Amino acid sequence: MTSERKPFLSIENLSQSFSGLKAVANFSMQMEEGELVGLIGPNGAGKTTVFNLLTGIYVPTEGSILFRGEKLNGLPAYKTAQRGIARTFQNIRLFADLSVADNVKIAYHQHVTHTALSSMLRLPGHFKNEEIMRDKALELLKVFQLEDKAEEQAKNLPYGQQRRLEIARAMATEPRLLLLDEPAAGMNPQETQELMALIRWLRETYKLTILLIEHDMALVMGVCERIYVLEYGMLLTVGTPEEVRGDRRVIDAYLGEEVT
Amino acid sequence: MRWTKYLIWLTAAAAVYGIVYLLAHVGIVSRFFLLTMVQICIYIIMALGLNLITGFTGQLSIGHAGFMSIGAYATGIFVVTFGKPVSAALTELWGDRGVTDVAYYIFILTSLAVGALAAALFGLLLGLPTLRLRGDYLAIATIGFGEIVRIVLLNTKALGGASGLPVKQSVDWATAYWLMLLSVVLVYNFVNSSHGRACISIRENEIAAETMGINTTKYKVMAFALGACFAGLAGGIYANHMYLVHPNSFGFLKSFEILVMVVLGGLGSVTGCILGAAVMTIMNNVLAPFPELRMIIISVLLVVMMIFRPNGLMGATELRLPFRRASATGAEEGSGHDL
Amino acid sequence: MANLSVEFVLQQLLNGISIGSIYALIALGYTMVYGIIQLINFAHGDVMMIGAYVGWYCTAVLHMPFLPALLTAMLACSLLGVVIERVAYKPLRRSTRLAALITAIGVSFFLEYGMMFLVSPQTRTFPPVFPQTIYHVGPLNIKYGDIVIITVTLALMALLTLVVKYTRIGKAMRAVSFDKDAAALMGIDVNNVISATFAIGSALAAAAGVLIGVYYNTIGPLMGIMPGLKAFVAAVLGGIGIIPGAMLGGLALGLTEVLVSAAGFSTWRDAGAFLILIVVLIVKPTGLLGANTREKV
Repeated sequence: MTSERKPFLSIENLSQSFSGLKAVANFSMQMEEGELVGLIGPNGAGKTTVFNLLTGIYVPTEGSILFRGEKLNGLPAYKTAQRGIARTFQNIRLFADLSVADNVKIAYHQHVTHTALSSMLRLPGHFKNEEIMRDKALELLKVFQLEDKAEEQAKNLPYGQQRRLEIARAMATEPRLLLLDEPAAGMNPQETQELMALIRWLRETYKLTILLIEHDMALVMGVCERIYVLEYGMLLTVGTPEEVRGDRRVIDAYLGEEVT
Repeated sequence: MRWTKYLIWLTAAAAVYGIVYLLAHVGIVSRFFLLTMVQICIYIIMALGLNLITGFTGQLSIGHAGFMSIGAYATGIFVVTFGKPVSAALTELWGDRGVTDVAYYIFILTSLAVGALAAALFGLLLGLPTLRLRGDYLAIATIGFGEIVRIVLLNTKALGGASGLPVKQSVDWATAYWLMLLSVVLVYNFVNSSHGRACISIRENEIAAETMGINTTKYKVMAFALGACFAGLAGGIYANHMYLVHPNSFGFLKSFEILVMVVLGGLGSVTGCILGAAVMTIMNNVLAPFPELRMIIISVLLVVMMIFRPNGLMGATELRLPFRRASATGAEEGSGHDL
Repeated sequence: MANLSVEFVLQQLLNGISIGSIYALIALGYTMVYGIIQLINFAHGDVMMIGAYVGWYCTAVLHMPFLPALLTAMLACSLLGVVIERVAYKPLRRSTRLAALITAIGVSFFLEYGMMFLVSPQTRTFPPVFPQTIYHVGPLNIKYGDIVIITVTLALMALLTLVVKYTRIGKAMRAVSFDKDAAALMGIDVNNVISATFAIGSALAAAAGVLIGVYYNTIGPLMGIMPGLKAFVAAVLGGIGIIPGAMLGGLALGLTEVLVSAAGFSTWRDAGAFLILIVVLIVKPTGLLGANTREKV
């Protein structure tokens, strides 16, 4: 935590505007390695836009993103993924027609070392890599209790399992920073409980740093160490769950929405 | 275990070859039958290439015949330019012996490789700038590409212009058949590998693919170049078999016919597009005396198909032999379904 | 390039405007349909061909004068357009873009070869409906046909603009092209609006078909392919989905073509059109008048 060490993730004065409308304005945040941080705010506050900026889907209008000392803005999405940032999507974006196992394998693809030619000719490199890939995929599916669904089409899974598969797929990229966009959306309380346990377990086991967007305040307050609150694209406040819960402005911002 | 499957397939392929060879030798099958067989092989290779681009990677292309014509012309020019001197040199070297024929055959195979590589190069050139386009726009750009190639060839006197480029026949049905099988194996192996899945993930959800670390531009260009490469190979076989290469043989209509083969058979299915190419080619030949009726039937078939079975007869599934169904998640499956 | 005189340039300009206005008429149909259901209606060029045949039948067989023949052709094709939409495109409204595009190509071939089957593949000669007068205005030779083409096109475009801007159906069309679901929630009958769009677009195409017939004198079952593709290029050039864009694109394309031909490259003319298409698609896919949009993640 000393100031000489480069922060794990450092966002400085990030802004993003869409034809004049500022979705994110002057947003700054810091994360240390291993932290579990929440990002909350009313609908349309710009939370998902922050994710899209972090993962290279949008190029920020202003500001900078430093990840482990390297500048990220302007990098295409696949390169950010290769630097170790993985995410899930608010509106599930699985490879719907493919099998559960293939969904995970595709995310592992960036780590294979064989060429397309060696696959076409079925050279030893192909078999070696495909074998490693299969083992890794099955291992992950076991962790996420999806191994018996490995050959099913992703679109045929029940909703909760699709959300789990999205996290499993993100984990297959072997990330250092995991971004979860409303992982508990549409889950029942019991599923949410299991999800909280899973998030904690992932973080312990894989030494992950996690940033999550969530509307379920029980979950956010339950797992996050620090919480950033966004409103109208701007940082409203940041603090521990207790501090945020007691903050008058946060309560005002959420007035009319689910306040816990 | 995985080699026994190769052996079974190879035996089956050789058996088909042997039967046709015998029948042709005895004179039971006609020249028309053999010509149809070559056409089927050419169109299967074309359809495989287009399926890589449109069926597996999800990039709509209606200019595939353009790549075919580039392959046909590249091969044709190579053979026309170097054929006589090479043949003369070989005869001088070895005389009128079998080894001369073998060497000349290798020269012809080289000409096919030249066609395939030339088309792949154009696939790369077209792929790079147009990849930013999505869906309909890409389709239109590829139509434009196909038409430009045709018009340029029509206007280039050095390549025969509007009278076409005559090429001696030096590829028979057997070569076409084995090259078709080789193409099937290569495409099947590609789509059932990590690289193939990377292509498929673009079709399924481009943004998710990119976020999962897939370099989508690279794989789209790869699909375009590979698809064009197979089209070029098919064009080369065409040039070496059909006596004349003419720009108007590779127009919009041809591109469309190949798209129909892929769509009817099944976008994203290797066996499906083989089936589609074979059925369409046979239907085309049977209905050849009634050209208008042929097109009416094809177009109605297409519209009805799109309304009731938009993913083609096979969808994205593969035709499988019954004995392969046993392994669901076994070791075989994980190593990719090898042919 | 021999005689690059002012008269020559003006004359070519006039030819370009004549051809360009025909492209623009066809392009309007493409653009309107695309704006409403995001479908490239490949059969549009063939609807134009049918319009030319109806016009030919009216003038050559029924000996109608030009205007009634034009109106009959427009009416017949607007019906045809509605039928095509209801039979072939409507069942596909919720399916993939690829399926819709392939269906459109299928309908296009059906019309082309269906006509070949019905009326034989031979081309037909349009009777001279206009006096073959040529007016000499200063150095310019203006054909009677040029005047008719430009007048009819301008009148139809003005009419279309009025319809889209001020009538109920025009407002509904704009609402549907902006947001189909929201329009439906506001009580607009989306199906009717789509039918109306096809009717209007097809009527414009029919007018273009008759004009091509009287201008070039010959018609055939495959006459719709090239003008159809080029009109699509014009629509993309101007920004697809934008009505003034189609007019601008059509004129720009017509002028370019005449320029390429006049420079002595007439056999390369079509390649030029497609090259423009590819360059526009790569440099500014939304066209000259289009705005940039992006997919929501």
